[in-house]
Amino acid sequence: MAAGSPDRLAAVRRGWDRLFPPRAADDDRKTRHAPGWRVIAAKELTDHVTSIRFLVLLVILALAAAVPLYFASGQIRAAAQQVSGGQAVFLALFTLGSDQFTFLRADTFVALLAPLLGIAFGFDAINVERSEGTLPRLVSQPIHRDDVINGKFLAGLGVIALTLAAMVTLVTGFGMLRLGIVPDISEIFRIVLWLALTVLYVGLWLAFGMLLSVLLRRAASAALIGFGTWLAIVIFGSLLITLAANLIAPLPATVTTLADQQQDLAARQTQQLITRLSPHTLYVEATSALLTPVDPVTAQGGAANYPARSIDELIQAADQRRIPSLLSVDQSLLLIWPHVVALVAMTVLCFAAAYVAFMRQEVRA
Amino acid sequence: MATPSADDRRPSVRGIRAKRDVRRRVAGATQPAARVGALPADPRAVIVARGLTKRYGDFTAVDHLDLDIRSGEVFGLLGPNGAGKTTTVLMLLGLSEPTSGTARVVGLDPARQPLEVKSRVGYLPDNVGFYGNLTGRDNMRYTARLNGLPRDVAERRIDQLLADVRLSEAADRHVETYSRGMRQRLGIADALVKEPSILILDEPTIAIDPSGVDEILGLLRRLVDERKLTILLSSHILGQVQSICDRVGFFSAGRLIAQGRLDELAGLAGGGQLTFEVGAEGDPADVERVLGEVSGVKRVERETADPRKWLVVARTDVAAALTGALASAGHPVFHLRRRGEDLLEIYRNLVPEEVDGRRIA
Repeated sequence: MAAGSPDRLAAVRRGWDRLFPPRAADDDRKTRHAPGWRVIAAKELTDHVTSIRFLVLLVILALAAAVPLYFASGQIRAAAQQVSGGQAVFLALFTLGSDQFTFLRADTFVALLAPLLGIAFGFDAINVERSEGTLPRLVSQPIHRDDVINGKFLAGLGVIALTLAAMVTLVTGFGMLRLGIVPDISEIFRIVLWLALTVLYVGLWLAFGMLLSVLLRRAASAALIGFGTWLAIVIFGSLLITLAANLIAPLPATVTTLADQQQDLAARQTQQLITRLSPHTLYVEATSALLTPVDPVTAQGGAANYPARSIDELIQAADQRRIPSLLSVDQSLLLIWPHVVALVAMTVLCFAAAYVAFMRQEVRA
Repeated sequence: MATPSADDRRPSVRGIRAKRDVRRRVAGATQPAARVGALPADPRAVIVARGLTKRYGDFTAVDHLDLDIRSGEVFGLLGPNGAGKTTTVLMLLGLSEPTSGTARVVGLDPARQPLEVKSRVGYLPDNVGFYGNLTGRDNMRYTARLNGLPRDVAERRIDQLLADVRLSEAADRHVETYSRGMRQRLGIADALVKEPSILILDEPTIAIDPSGVDEILGLLRRLVDERKLTILLSSHILGQVQSICDRVGFFSAGRLIAQGRLDELAGLAGGGQLTFEVGAEGDPADVERVLGEVSGVKRVERETADPRKWLVVARTDVAAALTGALASAGHPVFHLRRRGEDLLEIYRNLVPEEVDGRRIA
């Protein structure tokens, strides 16, 4: 038995080797190292985090979170005492603001300013490699060409996630330490989901910025167009879209007959569709569903008034009810699922356009 | 615009396994590409191109290029700007896909195995750029990581290479403080981090002062001698690179119009004749008689610009005979020069007048 055991051991090893063939030594040396995109992403991430740009954006975002918080803290104290059972009080950190300026809310500020992050880390991703002459040197290393754009996109997404997470942590930390309110598990869920949603939304802007960096040879023009688009969509977007929606699908002047009502309904649905072409609208709607989790249906007293024009409208209607019931996290998710899918689709579309354009470009300037 | 280039195609999982097999086979084959396309390849050739063509729409950048570059030689790809030199280099590296034709670099097809080719070939691009916010050493570290070198190996090589290109002092300064010549030297060091067997340099001496040019050329010569590198360099300044090229190829309008050793090309350009400029003191008529009597001389002409100079056309190299004859006849020689030795003259003889690398008419 003792003499037989080495043989049996060898047999086992042979079987093992047959199942999982060992790789040749030279293959190891060639294939085991980190893939190109990871090396590029690591380098880009280091560059981003040590850049002045990162510092400036961090300060802007911290201000965007801290200023509303300052105004909100008094209100939250008051609200916390009123609400029985502490229903979603913690989320009020993000959704309450000054009682004089309704726009002074953390979630509104983030929706306004977060796209800047995406554009700032995307607009010079490829064109600066070109103008500095580093691109030919980079792609002549044994990496695939798409490693460059993939690595840069992931690094951008990483630094965006880092910044936003830092901002959210700051706000929640302030809430816990200064105001003495503690989030319950569903609130933590909601904040994490909102963070993920925001990263996705900013990822869309990052993909857009990278598309510009591929198409436009000069970083300055890419930045100009990027920030111009941000201004147009985020600041004037709702104005422009309402204008367009009213032109395309005007509401009937008077609603008296049933036919009028049907026409009104159809026009409202078309208008809603048009407003949802804007990623900003999608993000704002999804945010309010996550951070203001009042149940629109029960608050409205049944399905009689369905469909409302937007989630915002439903929630506003809900706000007027005295005792709004809370949506559970999965119900909120169900509500924003189409928004998330639309945002993902837009991001994929933007990135795919950047990817294809980059692959088809010559290495030489 | 152009088609996606070869390295865009990422291998599937099955593709990776197939590739690994290819790599094994390639590693086994010591002699690269015995025969590609129609022409038999030089068995010593490490870079072979057959009928390599690149078109952008109607514009033909490279037109049916046939090229053989042997192991251990310095090959100069010469021609004016826009003649297709850089496009050729990019196709050899697999960074641009040829419209037609084939290339083999160390026995590999750059269009199909770009990663393998790129891990064996060092490339110094035209107008090489570095990340200005990083130090020279950090720029090289990045390249080493992209090549998957283990950290300790990379550090050793980087130290050695920085010393080789005399940048040890400046290695830890940001590249934005570097001069043009320093960047170029760093570029050469950077291309060598992966320990390639072939070095491709695109315009290595452009925009560098004369002493810097000498330094870079000296460095390249040393690399060939010490590391047994094969070097392919492109240039449009003929005079600068002629001293280190073993063989040259003249590029014009996307075509390689001549390739070979310099003396071969000089013969080719002169149509089998050699022309000497001779300047001698003494009676012009007697000098002319003496020159005409030297065996092998076909014709003697007065130089129109200078009355004390003559042009001697001969079938063979008669330089020694000319000086000997003149000296014994009592005519001191103060000038003797073979025409057409200069790359520029050879080039002018071979290439018709052109604008921006394209022939007029």
